[in-house]
Amino acid sequence: MFSWFANPLRFMRLSNWLAPVCYVLAALLIGWGLWQGLWIVPKDEYQGGDIMRVMFVHVPAAWLAMASYMAMAAMSFVWFIWRHEVADIAAKSIAPLGAVWTAICLATGSIWGKPTWGTWWQWDDARMMSVLFMFFLFLGYMALRASMDTRQKAARAGAILAMVGAINVPLIKFSVEMFTSLHQNASVMTADGPKMAAVYLWPLLASALGHTFLFAGLVQTLMRAEIWDRRTAKANAKLMAEG
Amino acid sequence: MSPAPIFSAFRQALGEAWAGGAGALLPLGFFAGAAVLVPLGIGTDPATLRAVGPGILWVALALSSLVTLERIFQADTEDGALDLWLQTGAPASAIAGAKTFAHWLAAGLPLALISPLLALMFQAEASADLLRNAALYGLGGLAFYFWGGVGAALSATVRRGGLLISLIALPLYVPTAIFGALAMTDAPGSDSAPLFLAASTLFALAVAPFAMAAALRLAAD
Repeated sequence: MFSWFANPLRFMRLSNWLAPVCYVLAALLIGWGLWQGLWIVPKDEYQGGDIMRVMFVHVPAAWLAMASYMAMAAMSFVWFIWRHEVADIAAKSIAPLGAVWTAICLATGSIWGKPTWGTWWQWDDARMMSVLFMFFLFLGYMALRASMDTRQKAARAGAILAMVGAINVPLIKFSVEMFTSLHQNASVMTADGPKMAAVYLWPLLASALGHTFLFAGLVQTLMRAEIWDRRTAKANAKLMAEG
Repeated sequence: MSPAPIFSAFRQALGEAWAGGAGALLPLGFFAGAAVLVPLGIGTDPATLRAVGPGILWVALALSSLVTLERIFQADTEDGALDLWLQTGAPASAIAGAKTFAHWLAAGLPLALISPLLALMFQAEASADLLRNAALYGLGGLAFYFWGGVGAALSATVRRGGLLISLIALPLYVPTAIFGALAMTDAPGSDSAPLFLAASTLFALAVAPFAMAAALRLAAD
């Protein structure tokens, strides 16, 4: 299955129509989710009144922060085992986008935290700390790649680091959870089904799905840019060689 | 396969750490210096110093591991020793592990041994707890050196790799720092924290050598 996607030509043909479809779906879903979230749903005084509407950005960003790191590690694993170049291009493209969504998650969390908990930043909150260290993992990954002198070396070093980071994520998460937490407990995904009122749940799910499509579209666009970049370099080298 | 290359890597790392004049005194000087700066920065109130002392020593230990690790694999890539290690047929993970362990013996263990003295300067009560804490610093330091070793191996061919090691290793240091600092408080969970510290160190010992080996093969290319 991986091999089917490993062909850059096939990827270019696929992403040529898939990326725009992702953008359209993202615009529709995020648009509907934000319209519902900002104007339609009633505010929840227990969660700080109108400020709880930031949830429709914060929760999707948190979901993408986690998912994008796991996707980057999975792509690194595929590249490390099978040496499929498209997997490395994917890992490279996911890193900056994942870092941006992680930063959005931290920023919106801060903005939500100030009026509800009375503080911008809470050091003994397990999830805030986990997301912060996830952000550092992304930064370290990008810095390491940038400091390697060839593409192949950058891919190998990045893959090793992403995999080491991924197997450490559960340990990091467990260790920071040993502190007490004042963060609201997970309320969308529980064993008994969603606990949240449906009026909030549907716009939230639409928004999360929309952010996921936006992320997928942007990753594909970045990957296409990288592939064009490599093709250009190759064509240039050929021109130079022919004089 | 004979284990000779592994022993010689161990001896070489120990020798390198002791060579160059000051030997193990150099990391000790850095460790003590970093710790001694703190009272100048936050004031000399005994109650405050007693509260932050153990944590300051953890931070100083993490910093000194980062500072001393920069050259551990870089020198070997520059003088070709790394290529020789990799040609001996001995597992690269064992060689990397032996080198890092020797480095911890020369630069990490002395810090743990001197920690009771620094703890006294931070107004801790003189008791058997200080020796227990020294053992915890030794144990946690081992995890610091092995995760830092992964960063050092990954950045072995990078100029100014020391800064890169810090960024790479920081998230990997988190569990050790948390468990270690927690073990020295009276907070709930502090009873089990030494066991978690030991477990996370064992995890580092099990995983880090293989990551270092992969990174060293990359550096030798």
